[in-house]
Amino acid sequence: MQDTPDIADRHDAICVIGAGAGGLVAIKNLREHGFAVDCYERETSVGGAWNWRHDRSPMYASTHLISSRPLTEFPDFPMPDDWPDYPHHTQVLSYLERYAEHFGLGAHIWFGTEVVSAVPVGDGRWDVTTRSTGGGAERVQRYAGLVVANGHNWDPAKPEIPGEFRGQVIHAAAYQDTAQLRNRKVLVIGGGNTGCDIAVEAAQQAATVWHSTRRGYWYAPKYLFGRPSDQVNDRLLRLRLPLPVRQWLYRRTVGLTVGDLTRFGLPAPDHKPYETHPIVNSQLPFYLAHGRITAVPDVTRFDGAAVELADGRRVEPDLVITATGYRARFEFLAPEILDTDADGRPDLHLHAFARKHPTLAVVGLLQGDAGVFPLAHWQSVAIARWLRLRTTDPVRAAAVQQKESTRPVGGWSRTKVVHTRRHWFEVDHVNYLRSVEGLLREMETSK
Amino acid sequence: MTILRFDDWTDPVRPVKRDVIAKLPEDAGENPPVLFVPGPGHGATAFAEHWLPHAAGRGFAAYALTPRDGGKLREHVHDVVQTAASLPRQVVLVGHGEGALVVAHALGRYPARAAVLAAPVLDRWATMGTALRVNPLGAIPAVFGGRLRWSRRQLLSAGAPVEAYGRSSRLVTSRKPVPKPVGDPPALVIGSPDDRVVPRKSLDRTAARLGGAPLLFPGMGHDLMLDAAWTDPIEAILDWLTKELSAAS
Ligand SMILES: Cc1cc2nc3c(=O)[nH]c(=O)nc-3n(C[C@H](O)[C@H](O)[C@H](O)COP(=O)(O)OP(=O)(O)OC[C@H]3O[C@@H](n4cnc5c(N)ncnc54)[C@H](O)[C@@H]3O)c2cc1C
Ligand SMILES: NC(=O)c1ccc[n+]([C@@H]2O[C@H](COP(=O)([O-])OP(=O)(O)OC[C@H]3O[C@@H](n4cnc5c(N)ncnc54)[C@H](OP(=O)(O)O)[C@@H]3O)[C@@H](O)[C@H]2O)c1
Repeated sequence: MQDTPDIADRHDAICVIGAGAGGLVAIKNLREHGFAVDCYERETSVGGAWNWRHDRSPMYASTHLISSRPLTEFPDFPMPDDWPDYPHHTQVLSYLERYAEHFGLGAHIWFGTEVVSAVPVGDGRWDVTTRSTGGGAERVQRYAGLVVANGHNWDPAKPEIPGEFRGQVIHAAAYQDTAQLRNRKVLVIGGGNTGCDIAVEAAQQAATVWHSTRRGYWYAPKYLFGRPSDQVNDRLLRLRLPLPVRQWLYRRTVGLTVGDLTRFGLPAPDHKPYETHPIVNSQLPFYLAHGRITAVPDVTRFDGAAVELADGRRVEPDLVITATGYRARFEFLAPEILDTDADGRPDLHLHAFARKHPTLAVVGLLQGDAGVFPLAHWQSVAIARWLRLRTTDPVRAAAVQQKESTRPVGGWSRTKVVHTRRHWFEVDHVNYLRSVEGLLREMETSK
Repeated sequence: MTILRFDDWTDPVRPVKRDVIAKLPEDAGENPPVLFVPGPGHGATAFAEHWLPHAAGRGFAAYALTPRDGGKLREHVHDVVQTAASLPRQVVLVGHGEGALVVAHALGRYPARAAVLAAPVLDRWATMGTALRVNPLGAIPAVFGGRLRWSRRQLLSAGAPVEAYGRSSRLVTSRKPVPKPVGDPPALVIGSPDDRVVPRKSLDRTAARLGGAPLLFPGMGHDLMLDAAWTDPIEAILDWLTKELSAAS
């Protein structure tokens, strides 16, 4: 490689993109493994999605965790044990800020700096181009490795609905608080956690609420048998009950608690439990039962003041909120680097390791049945250990890579899911962590 | 390294109000906070007397945690990790006696800045053996799961100015092996060859596991922080710490 004079060589340092939860664990664990780290963050503070001052934050005023505290906290830095089971998003932000301060991560982060491109230059090294967020001069620096933690809940995926609509249409990303709903006629589209949360808030504030979902779902309450539902679920996972048994138990439990929701006009689920990303919402059935939310099918067309539905019904909202999720986007990387297919779906080992670029990894590109932070933590430990092993014992590293490549995808990724975009990165957290543990042990025996 | 933590996920430890004593220096500068953890027979006051003010005098924010009443090992470990995580910077953990066992387990979970195990009771049988030899009456109940009564002679040297320290506690036990510390912190083991609770062999074993030899303070009893010569061990700890910190930066 020709060394151009204006490329600053950062030698063995690793570049981390983003200072959300994923970026923070990456910095900490890379540093713990002895790496120098430069992290670039386009915003002026840490926290990523959980920092709702950030212009791309998907949080709304009332967001609380849906994964309970013990299943959400970092394994080596617990949340205060006197916090509620489901903390508020401002608490999660303060937790991330304290994590960054505790481990002295701020000194390694360049705020207000955006990564605009990252290019492999051979020998595992990367040329990373940065500039001040929103403009300014570009700067290129060369790194020994690249860890991408840019998040995947910020680029709104908007449905294409034919026709013209006279009312207002916003994506959930632009929904912040209930003032936007007060006394209006609101149609919420999408049955993810965002759609369900907004439908509930609308039930409390708006004049009329329709909730449109294109299929039936399994709605889990926040508590079961007096415990947070994810903790109950983990008791079953601990027993290693086979999936069909857990599915049977799930149906029984739903039958005994939430009950049959088709009586409120919701479609029956078109899939088994655990085959869509979990919805955790105790209030949705409540407001359906009160008649404050009217369940409606998929939207087919806009027509002036009206919205046409799949069953031929027409409703006339003055505000439509599309809570149809977010798209993973890596605008600074050429698509082939992450083996991205035509639909934009990257193909990474353990949803983390680039297959053709051993010094490139992604943290946090996961959706799970528990909190993302612990998964991101162990991903970044594995990444740090992997990058270390490559330098200390390349022969052994090659053997680990060989062995890992034979690991079946079904072992670490949920393959039996409804095949829509949002399930690309869906994992069962226990299976996933077992796989990461396998990789870590693989690398440990090398010592 | 435990990745699947079903106990913590499905049956979290019940929180209690923790009793923490702090002595803060005028200016701690870049120094990390130091958290002292006594064994369940002691309270934070065991450190408040000498070691806390001494550490603060040398520019370290110093804290001591009183173990919760009747807690199990898991609960004590939880309390130490919670307290450590509540402090603004990565913490140095110093455990004494059975508090060192608690710290050794906490290190498997929390990446401490550094760790000191002082007269560590890591090896229950070795401790019980010594206790039976030195103080059979106080020790016999413990063999059957009762309380272990320590005699003053076990805990302090003859020259100690302190009034007799009668204390007893149920040994904190665990069948769980001591985990490998996360984050690979520098670690130090200190003790006394004349300790009548922790035999010399057990000190050596603990230190060897952490990759070193114990730093010894002959003539002192088990309670290094209360005995007449209490300044020597704390000075040694802080000297070692200062050296480790400057080596890292
Ligand atoms: C409404 C909502 C609720 C949620 N609730 C939960 C929950 O209960 N439990 C849970 O575990 N998870 C939840 N999540 C998932 C949440 O996304 C994760 O918890 C977590 O925020 C992911 O962290 P991250 O670091 O991967 O991404 P982010 O938090 O999105 O951080 C990415 C960071 O990278 C920066 N960045 C991006 N591109 C660049 C670039 N080119 N250059 C420089 N910087 C860049 C961004 O500014 C951002 O700060 C929720 C998500 C949403 C939308
Ligand atoms: N802590 C909290 O309270 C909380 C709150 C909100 C979100 N979250 C998390 O944030 C992440 C994103 O959640 P999200 O709800 O914003 O998005 P999401 O999970 O991607 O859900 C999108 C929803 O919209 C539907 N949809 C997608 N495209 C559509 C289209 N073209 N037409 C009609 N419907 C369409 C999807 O249906 P299909 O089922 O067919 O895919 C799904 O119901 C998730 O991990 C979620 O758990 C957490």
